[in-house]
Amino acid sequence: MTDIIQKVKNLSIGFRSKKGDEILILKNISTNIKKGETVGIVGESGSGKSTLALAMMGYVKHGLYTIGGECQFNSSNLLKMKSKDLEKIRGRKIAMIPQNAGQALTPNLKIGYQIDEALQLHSDLNEKEREKKISELLNKVRLPSPETIALRYPHELSGGQQQRVAVAMALAGTPDLLLLDEPTTGLDVTTQAHVLELLNFIAKDTGTSMVYVSHDLGAIAQVSDRIIVMYSGEIVLEGPSRDILKRPIHPYTHGLLKSIPKLSLAGLPESMPGSQPQPGTIQSGCSFFDRCNFSDENCKNNSPQLEFLKDLNTSVRCFNYEKLINENQVSQTVNKIKNKSQDKEILNLSEVSISYAKQKLLDQIFNRISDDNPTVKDININIKKGETIALVGESGSGKSTILKSIAGLLRTKDGLIRFDENRNLSSDLKERDPNDLRIIQLIFQNPDESLNPNHTIEEIIAQPLKLYFGLKGEELKKNIIDLLQKVRLGEFYTSRYPRQLSGGEKQRVAVARAFAAKPDIILCDEVTSALDVSVQAAVLNLLQQLKENFGTTYIFVSHDLAVVRAISDRVAVLYQGRLCEVGPSNDVYRFPSHPYTEVLLGAVLEPDPDIKPKLVAEDIVEERPPEKGCSFQGRCSRIVGDICKKEIPPWQLTDSGNAIRCHIPIKELQKEQF
Amino acid sequence: MLFLIIKRILLGFITLFIVSIITFVGTEILPGDACTTYLERQAFGEQLEACYRRLGLNVPAYERYVSWALNAIQGDFGYSLSGEMPIKEVLGPRIKNSLVLASAAIFIGIPIALILGIITALWRDKLPDVAISTVTIFAMTIPEFISATLLILIIAIWLEWLPGIVIVPTDVSFLELLPNIILPVVAIAMIMTAHMARMVRSSVIQVMASEYVQMAILKGVPYWKMVFKHVLPNALLPAINVVALTIAWLLGGVVVTEVVFNYPGLGRLVIESISNRDLPTVQALAIILASIYVSINLLADLLTLILNPRLKTLQIRK
Repeated sequence: MTDIIQKVKNLSIGFRSKKGDEILILKNISTNIKKGETVGIVGESGSGKSTLALAMMGYVKHGLYTIGGECQFNSSNLLKMKSKDLEKIRGRKIAMIPQNAGQALTPNLKIGYQIDEALQLHSDLNEKEREKKISELLNKVRLPSPETIALRYPHELSGGQQQRVAVAMALAGTPDLLLLDEPTTGLDVTTQAHVLELLNFIAKDTGTSMVYVSHDLGAIAQVSDRIIVMYSGEIVLEGPSRDILKRPIHPYTHGLLKSIPKLSLAGLPESMPGSQPQPGTIQSGCSFFDRCNFSDENCKNNSPQLEFLKDLNTSVRCFNYEKLINENQVSQTVNKIKNKSQDKEILNLSEVSISYAKQKLLDQIFNRISDDNPTVKDININIKKGETIALVGESGSGKSTILKSIAGLLRTKDGLIRFDENRNLSSDLKERDPNDLRIIQLIFQNPDESLNPNHTIEEIIAQPLKLYFGLKGEELKKNIIDLLQKVRLGEFYTSRYPRQLSGGEKQRVAVARAFAAKPDIILCDEVTSALDVSVQAAVLNLLQQLKENFGTTYIFVSHDLAVVRAISDRVAVLYQGRLCEVGPSNDVYRFPSHPYTEVLLGAVLEPDPDIKPKLVAEDIVEERPPEKGCSFQGRCSRIVGDICKKEIPPWQLTDSGNAIRCHIPIKELQKEQF
Repeated sequence: MLFLIIKRILLGFITLFIVSIITFVGTEILPGDACTTYLERQAFGEQLEACYRRLGLNVPAYERYVSWALNAIQGDFGYSLSGEMPIKEVLGPRIKNSLVLASAAIFIGIPIALILGIITALWRDKLPDVAISTVTIFAMTIPEFISATLLILIIAIWLEWLPGIVIVPTDVSFLELLPNIILPVVAIAMIMTAHMARMVRSSVIQVMASEYVQMAILKGVPYWKMVFKHVLPNALLPAINVVALTIAWLLGGVVVTEVVFNYPGLGRLVIESISNRDLPTVQALAIILASIYVSINLLADLLTLILNPRLKTLQIRK
């Protein structure tokens, strides 16, 4: 028993609603964290996973309170401890690595001070020793030149660097237990893979136990020995991570794994219907009942208990888990997408450059843009009618910038945007006529921000209909209901406000609004990033179906390469605002040729413990694109010589129609792959 | 950084220039002028001509503006009409008086406001917060002419502890002056402190809810250390601008309070010179008050810039 480091016993946490009812966020949770093991806690937003992690530090957020149960650390209950005693445990015995290090580091204090503070509190080192220790810690998390980093303020570091600082800060107290709350969410794929690799190294090196909270099964798969799956404030499945990822015996986990798009599979994953019940919903049966494919009468009326299965070493909360044992493997059925693109060109970007540089007074007066090294340069893409083309790249690669210019929200410096083979679109919104505006519609990342909270769904969808088609009265109403049905929302949604809808429903409204204009092209800017995986699959399927019905062209921007793989016909890889590779997604994903594509794809995390990310390049963040030569020279591991630094690489074509911009001959690029 | 400061100073001068034009044009448009006011019924014929010549009102308006502006820059605002003495000399003691009143209110009010604001935020929704918040909201809502009158009634008339109006000349020693200014200072400080305390409270509460404060707690930073290192520096930054505006408002003369207490500060001078149609003095006051606002805001912005590392580097980068 001595190897248990944290014992959670019958923990319930909740809040009191305005009516005075007790609403549970965590329902009777019990679990143990053993010494040296890494436990992953997964669940969708609202499943209570972060609340559980915070409770393990004896911290309950303002507004919530402990209803019952304990979190035992060294056989004392953290939730009843005095704050004086807690201060001695937090940071020293149990440390937290937060989700968003950018916001979790105090903005007015230097990095060095913030680490030093932890050292002062939790070690007996004197000032000289502490200074040395700070450098050591920053070195350990692999930050370059620790001495200068220590003197910087948090905002002067990149997201990945901030996250590393947070890791260093947590390690300062040499804790026995590390709690990680979505530590890599919001980081670029490559950075995420590097941070996870670092965490794995630290876990092995120091023998620290870790609790890793995430919605991302891909990340969890890479780090954890054991996985706890949470749903609606309850543990529904707990067991060794390999078993859970390969043979999940709870229907929720089963569905979740099926709804995640995989790199190796083209086509859309199956979606899970419905959404998690709101906290406080009264249910007589199983909380997953409405969404379950394996349910029966029993599930409707009785709620299952967590049952420990000795031979599987797994706990499961389901009456019908045996059905799933027999089903065994997660057989991923995907809806293969047909490439419906026609030969007709619908949008052509030629030599497009976009600059964010602040313009000099003289240029402002003459209304021109001058910048020798613009953020986005020489973009040539020919988009066919009916195809889905994806722009991929890390943050700062200019993918959203290009979308903005196509939409007319950002002026281009040079280049032409041509619609339908003959019409030039101005990149300035004011110079576009209403029809130009109608043919291109945007769907944004976050429906919370893109839908006006004071408008009903009816008003939101009515706006484009009134604006572009002048519809009124009965006809308008009919069209709105028609659109809602197309995105599979019922008529009764018309009178609701956005805040009354779930995330997935809100995004459906945004999709309906875009389609209301009967556009030829829809620009999708990270449309599924703010959604839970199960909802993401549903939205992707919806988008695909609408496209098949209407022949719309999608320009799809996403940082999630598996999502891009699932939905797109063609992929354009961008680095620092320059194109690296353009080609059919099948070819780009199966034989990544450009060194940068290789880096990107290597870093993708799959929810499979057997597929480890390949880390090819360092995750340095470049502030600006290089003045001359190849845009990727700064991070490329395959530089062939001075030519990469001096000359812009030529476009090379492969047999399958991939265009690659690299100095390495195409034969050689493809040969070295496997 | 330097470029930014120069830009802000230039903008300040442009603001002052515009203010001066507006006041000059305003006084020109108004019917009547200094001479008609001064001469009253004799304002016609020979006498009026002579007055115009004496005061230089017979030249075109723009020429008068230029010469007035040139003099004003050198600190010469011309002659006050009512007292027929240089405005400089009229203004001097008044500015000093207002400064005395304002600084007393600032030195008392700001620390109290900060302390109350911080206490209410840290004990949010608990007894200290509820009690102090009730009082501050109450103090905020009573107009100063009522609180000032009540103070006079209770402290000066009923209790006879302190003089109700200021009766000593202001160049007496500090100890002699002190009892005279206590009541006006209290009257001003009350409303100002209440406003600032509310501001500080919401700012501190906002920072207390931030992720970095939660992180500091989870790091095991003791409560008070967290408050002083992680919360206050970040919470008080936005307060600087409000404090600056308050100071400018105080220096600009708290008109109502000064009138109620018969205190010879800038505020009362504004009222006096307007009712006397002493246009040159009104012009001079407008310019001086505008410069006070402009320079204090500039100072506040610079201070924020210096104290906030984030703003500093962002300016350099972009």
